[in-house]
This record gives sequence, structure tokens and C-alpha cells, in this order.
Amino acid sequence: MTSPPTEEGPLISGLGGVVSEVAVPAAATTLPAGKTRGMFVRGLEVFLENKLAIAGGAVLAAIFLFCFLGPVFYHTDQVHVNLAVENQHPGAGHPLGTDNNGYDVLGRLMVGGQVSLEVGVAAAVLATGLGTVWGAVAGYFGGLVDAVMMRVVDALLAIPVLFLALVVVSMFPPTQTELILVIALTSWLSTSRLIRGEALSLRVREYVQAMRVMGGGGARAVFRHIAPNAVGTIVVNATFQVADAILLVVALSYLGLGIRPPQTDWGGMLNSGINSVYDGYWWQIFPAGIAIILVVIAINFIGDALRDAFEVRLQRR
Amino acid sequence: MIGFLVRRIAQAVVVVLLVTVITFILLRAIPGNVAVAILGPSGFRNPALLAAFNREYGFDQPWFDQYLMWLGHLLHGNLGFSWTLDQSVSSELGQHLPKTIVLVGLSIILALVVAVPVGLWQAAQRNRLVDYAFTGFSFLFYAAPSFFVGTVLILVFSVKLHIFGPEGPQGGLVSDLTDWRDMTLPVVTLALITMALFSRYMRSAVLDNISQDYVRTARAKGASQRRVLWRHVLRNSLIPIATLLGLALPAILGGALITESVFNYPGMGYMFFKAAQQQDYPTLLGFIIVVAIAVVVGSLLADIAYAILDPRVRYIRS
Repeated sequence: MTSPPTEEGPLISGLGGVVSEVAVPAAATTLPAGKTRGMFVRGLEVFLENKLAIAGGAVLAAIFLFCFLGPVFYHTDQVHVNLAVENQHPGAGHPLGTDNNGYDVLGRLMVGGQVSLEVGVAAAVLATGLGTVWGAVAGYFGGLVDAVMMRVVDALLAIPVLFLALVVVSMFPPTQTELILVIALTSWLSTSRLIRGEALSLRVREYVQAMRVMGGGGARAVFRHIAPNAVGTIVVNATFQVADAILLVVALSYLGLGIRPPQTDWGGMLNSGINSVYDGYWWQIFPAGIAIILVVIAINFIGDALRDAFEVRLQRR
Repeated sequence: MIGFLVRRIAQAVVVVLLVTVITFILLRAIPGNVAVAILGPSGFRNPALLAAFNREYGFDQPWFDQYLMWLGHLLHGNLGFSWTLDQSVSSELGQHLPKTIVLVGLSIILALVVAVPVGLWQAAQRNRLVDYAFTGFSFLFYAAPSFFVGTVLILVFSVKLHIFGPEGPQGGLVSDLTDWRDMTLPVVTLALITMALFSRYMRSAVLDNISQDYVRTARAKGASQRRVLWRHVLRNSLIPIATLLGLALPAILGGALITESVFNYPGMGYMFFKAAQQQDYPTLLGFIIVVAIAVVVGSLLADIAYAILDPRVRYIRS
């Protein structure tokens, strides 16, 4: 990794900079004094200036805690159907009521949330990895390789993600792991386009040229130079990928082709609640619907702030 | 310009061919064996029968010849035959595609009619209450799954207020255009999602334009704020929206699939969803090819429109 000495600005002085500048007007942050601070600290500073991002982070953290720690304190049976307690209103034993199988909705929101979040995050990480490698290779090598690889991306992009994913899950009814794979394999395309664009501009930089002169090969260029330097684009894109993956798995489950019962996710909860909601059982769809909206908005706020943070970091370099 | 057109069209043809290759791969990945399904298990075990079957349908050919044969069928408009519905895929499309086109068309028009003025207004009122309010709305509708929006609309306007019907029009094309009671909710649902996207783009396009020199010139001439916005900025800000229409087509079609299944609207998306549930593969793959061609043609038209609308683009590309 080639890193200019200014990047290694000591963390302590960086923090000192933050503290000393609290009272100074915002314009002062662009003064040369900022040069000594680390890039990470500067990025973090811009990120934390964004109130929406802090709110988004707090909401997301709260929902993760709710889904993964909640079941430890709030025990419910989410496996056995119990029709004796079906469709109960929110009340004493069941804060959010029960659904048409007698499952406690609050408990189900936690369990379903685990699946939605796990699938969303895992699929986004896989899709970003695949898209990064594909785009970096295409952009770095250029020429025929680039043309062929990007036409494949164009062709796959022409088929709307939901249609492609529906075909695949109808052929091979998925488990949770397979669902992650399906979503990852159908949503890496936009990432690869973005990273290819980055790679096209990075491959002509001096440090890549220098590495070539020293005898470095293609793999080294892609993994050690192109990908690390496109990290801003990659991270920001991965954030939005998580939101999109959650929405896609929710859509598939809503259409009845996602996670199989008794397992469920937020989309599956909406799917099973939708038939009885017209009878007035509002609590069967609103908790899951609102949870989805909150998570997606929170992730988008974080993504926007990350983009600002990385951009500022690059500008002030 | 001609060179750009030729290159762009050639690229579109290559992409469509690749789509057929991907579809063919999916076709061959379908679980199960056609010969077993049609001959039955005992017929399948009879070598002579099996060989005759394979010869008749070309299954004894190498996969590449099979692909070419299948491609030939496609070029003749034969998209396959759905055994589930006992109907050819193209006649199915003939029935349901026009309904989807009406739904998507109406909702895109509605989305544009709302989003363009809203985006303009937001940009003019940048960082004031109006701007924040609409930004909040567009985030909300971007994040809300379309089936949740649709269900909430049904609950409010159909179950509670009895203004609109809970189901899309079930008749032919005429009923789509005359039966506003049933047609409103599906169109609004689909429009709300695209509206969120369009107004965001419109806002940033207007903001890009408002700092340009020509706006300052217009202001210096003494043009009023209204005239600057509607006569000068609006036109130039619509150019990126043309591209966005092409780019957003896959998302809009995905939204149509969900909207149609929420409202039981018998369009192409609903048929696709039904086919996925019943594992009716010929229908699924036939529809995929048609949808993909629509998307490729859409983005081709958007690119050409962009080049025509913005003369600067041509110099950059050539």
C-alpha cells in the first residue's frame, strides 16, 4: 500500500484539532492547520456533523439490539402454531397482539428482523465484493476484456432484479443461505459499473504506472491498488446495497417465494398479515412495515453522510 | 451523430443476444426432465421411445444447435408454450402486456406531472420548510415497500372511506381507462414510488442549473423569478429526467409486478408472479425476454433523446 506521510497524522493531534476547533467558525477547518490531522478523523468529523446520520445510526443500532438481543429477554414460541390464541388484539400477554397462526407479533418482529437484517447485510457484502472485483478487473484491463465483461453486466441489468430473482427462487426454493446467494448474484451489477468507472480513472495514475514498471502483475494492481483506492465508492455503495437487499428479500417473501415457514422475515409477516388486515387486524402488518421503512431510511441517511465524509476526505487531501 | 447511433444500436443488439443466452442457460437449468414429464416414467425407460422423442424435439443435438434452433423460434415470434395455461406465451402476452403498458404509462405521467413542479419548487425554496417536508416524503416513499403502500392505500381509501375499489379493473383495456374508481389506487401506488425518485432528481437538476451563467443573464435582464424558473431552468432541467426515465424502467417494471399482485390487476407482472408460483417456466422465460428487450429499447431511446436534447453530449461522445 502506498500511503503518503500526511495520511499517517497521529490520532492524538487529530483529536486535539477537533477539540480546539469547536469554538472556531466552520470556515476555519479548511485552514492549513487541518493538514496534520488523519484522514480518518477528518472523515469522521464530517460524518458526525450530519445530524441525520447520527439519528440513522442510533435507529439502526436500536433495531439491531431489538432483533438480536430482544429474544433473550422476551421469550415467545415462534415455531408451534396455536390457533387458540389467533388474531388477538394488542393487550396484556401480547403487546403487539398475535397473528393468524397465534404467533406473538412482537416476538415475531424480532425473529423476522434477524432474517431480514442477516440476509440484507450478507447479500450486500457478497454483492459488493463480486461487483468490486468484476468492475476493477474490467476497468483495469480495458479493451476486449472490458467490452465483454460490461456487456454481460448490461445484459443482466436489462432483466429487472425482481423478475430474475423470482425465476431463480421458483426453480430452486431457497433456504436462508441460498436466498443470500440469489440476492447477491442478482444485485452486484450496479456496483461493478461504479467500480469500473473508478478503475478507469485510477489505472492511469502514477502509482499504478510505477507498480507496473517495477514488474507488478494484473492481480496485484486490482487487489492492492485499484480496489483499496476506490474504497470510498465501495463503502458508500455497500450501504445502499444493504437497503436494497432488505427491500428485495422483503418483496420476495411478500410474494410467497422467500423464506419458508415457520421461519419468517418482515416481508413474510406482511404476506401473512395482508389477508386479515382488511378485517381490522392492523397490528399484523404495521409493525413490520414500519420497521422496514425505519431501517431503509436509517441506512440511507448513513450512506449519504458516508458519501459526504469520503468526498471531503478526498477534497482536503 | 450517425456514428453514435450505429454504435449504440449495435451495442443494444449484442445485449439482447446476451439476454437470450442467459435465458437459455436458465432454461437448461430448470429442474426435472421434459421427456419424463411428457412420456411418463414408463415411456422414459423405453430407449426407442426416448430416442424418438429426443430426435423429434432436437434434444439429441449439441447444446449450441439447440440454442440456435430456440433463437430461430424466438425470431419468428414463438416465445414458447405454457402447458400450465394450455396457451402459447405470445398469446398470453397479447392479453396482458397492454394492461401493464396502460398502468405503467398512466403512473409515469402522473409521477412526472407531480414530481417536476415539486422538484422545481423544492429547489427554489432550498433548505426551507417546504424542501425538507418533500424530502421527507420522498424518503418515506422510497423506503416503503410498494405492497405496504398499496395495502395502506386500500385500507384508507377503500375499506374506511369507500372512495375507491380495492381491486384493479378486471376487464379489457377500455375498463382501465373508464373505471377510474378501480384504476386510481394501482396507478397512485406505482406513481408514488417513481415520484419519490423523480422529484429527487428534478430537485438536483434544477439546483445544477440555477447556478449557471444563463440564469444570471436572465436575472440581469430583469426576468422575474417565475419566468426564470419556468422559461429557462425548467427546460434544461428536464434533460436528465429523460435519461432517468430510461434508467428507471427496470425498477418501474419491478414495481408494476408488485402493484399488480397487490391489486389483482391482470397485467404482465401479475401473470409473471402467478407463473413463478406455479413454476410455469415457459411463461417466466418468455416474459423475461420481452421485459429485457423493453428495458434495452427504453435505455436506447433515452440515450438518443439525451443526445438530441443536449447538443453538447454529441461532441463529448464523438
